[in-house]
Amino acid sequence: MTKPAIRAEAERLFAAFQAAGAVAVEADLLLPAETLLDLYGEDIRARAYVTSDPLQGEMMLRPDFTVPVVQAHMAHGADPARYCYMGEVFRKQAHLGNRASEYLQVGFEVFDRSAPEAADAEVFALFSGMLAGLGLRAVTGDIGILMAAVRGLDTTARRKAALLRHIWRPKRFRALLDRFAGREALPAARAGLLARLAQGSPEDLIAQAGGFVGLRGADEIAARAQALIEDAEAAPIKAPEAALLYDLLGLQAPARAALAHLRGITPMLPAILPAVDRFETRLEALAARGIAVEGLAFEASLGRTSMEYYDGFVFSFHGPNAEPPIASGGRYDALTAVLGQGRSIPAVGGIIRPHLVAALRGAM
Amino acid sequence: MLKIGVPSKGRLMEKTFDWFGARGVTMRQTGAEREYSGAVDGVEGVELVLLSAGEIPRELAAGRIHLGVTGSDLVRDKLADWDMQVAELAKLGFGHADLILAVPSVWIDVDTLDDLDAAAAAFRARHGFRLRIATKYHRLVREFLTANGVADYQLVDSQGATEGTVKNLTAEAVADITSTGETLRANHLKILSDSVIHRSQATLFAARAADWSQAGAGLAALCEKLGLTPPAL
Repeated sequence: MTKPAIRAEAERLFAAFQAAGAVAVEADLLLPAETLLDLYGEDIRARAYVTSDPLQGEMMLRPDFTVPVVQAHMAHGADPARYCYMGEVFRKQAHLGNRASEYLQVGFEVFDRSAPEAADAEVFALFSGMLAGLGLRAVTGDIGILMAAVRGLDTTARRKAALLRHIWRPKRFRALLDRFAGREALPAARAGLLARLAQGSPEDLIAQAGGFVGLRGADEIAARAQALIEDAEAAPIKAPEAALLYDLLGLQAPARAALAHLRGITPMLPAILPAVDRFETRLEALAARGIAVEGLAFEASLGRTSMEYYDGFVFSFHGPNAEPPIASGGRYDALTAVLGQGRSIPAVGGIIRPHLVAALRGAM
Repeated sequence: MLKIGVPSKGRLMEKTFDWFGARGVTMRQTGAEREYSGAVDGVEGVELVLLSAGEIPRELAAGRIHLGVTGSDLVRDKLADWDMQVAELAKLGFGHADLILAVPSVWIDVDTLDDLDAAAAAFRARHGFRLRIATKYHRLVREFLTANGVADYQLVDSQGATEGTVKNLTAEAVADITSTGETLRANHLKILSDSVIHRSQATLFAARAADWSQAGAGLAALCEKLGLTPPAL
């Protein structure tokens, strides 16, 4: 696919977003690395190009538009607001192969406090319409339901916080859940650690451990030692409740059937009721916009491995073979709070990869 | 001509010369003692190139040398998809060192990666920045921590005296190579029980990207002498 063909496709998508009422915004190519590292963690270094500026320090070549667009909105945006953008993003490819390390993205973001489910449906329907005729498979999900289920667990606040912190790291989440639910025996290393902690007060044990070095204070060490002892005494998450969470993690069904399933388990997991209500409201909003929700795929764990901090509705559109989705997006309310320094606004959006769209059109 | 890159000084060079010497391939420095040029006797068509051990992975990846001796840790850290770029011909049985994670011994609440992750979360909440791990093995350490689901940390570069960074308050933990653990203990650090990131040793590698059209005979002769199966490249 030639560059002009890809750019023409990008322009077409960009114009469609503007026609849908979005204001076109620009974003810097060079972004301060610190903000992105604090948000995404050290993993982003493996994905983004880092360079250094003699005055501004470490900078990153724009790996996505989410951060600069949210920051610009939080600094001087209208409320509500609809934005669109078009430009290159840069992703290091850690493996040999033909995945692009520089490509165009075209995106659309809605910042609106009034009716989040309606905004979710607006974004999805817009993408669905723009990508119609390409034979794509759409998948939807809702991380908010999973988060509500975790928050509603009958267990300690610490365990819930640990699970929520790792919701975007499915493997680690699963390992923690297995342990908290008593499905996994206490690792020998942890048992040994607890036995040692039982031999004296944290202060004495620290004093016996040798010369004190490092910034992490004795009080911090003692606090976590105490937390470990308390956690060992906490009862496991009850089997029926844990079973519901495992069931939820693996839930994949057409949206209407998924809703019926969730309605079925809500009496046993009442904390998910508001999230399930929102799911239903969203399905109605989607149906009102002409989306065939009967056959719309729903996966409760969708969006947990992408490097975006989605915390509600998520969606992606997949081609016949392309590995990265042709388009993807979701709701990221919590991210705006992190970047907004105290302020936040409900936000939902997504991006389309025009080089993949152009390749599909070219093959037709 | 087959070019073989060998560490240009120190014990790694001596041990490499010994290893080849024991198999009938004599390597020696030529010219003045400090001059970086060498020769190979005992096998035809092989040229010795003396290089810094740290540069040998890059030279192999670029195909400027056909074979190279260096630490397996360096190859894994410096080359993306290392096994697509080089083939392992022989482990040489010296230069053993483990890449591990270590934290202050007074961290009585931390024994495993699971503990490190939890401590990192609490540390970030308290101090306002991500827990710092000093290392020079950025790729290996990051991939290891990602695979094990550790979050809220940052890698800070340390090219030497890494064990001292914790005392100097420029890092909270270190990821470094150790053979006996003595330097770690002397700096009041302990190794996490499940944190062996890589067990390194000196290894003979072959470059997949090198031009082998003129070097095939040299490789065959060398492999026969060393008792190795020529690699599929």
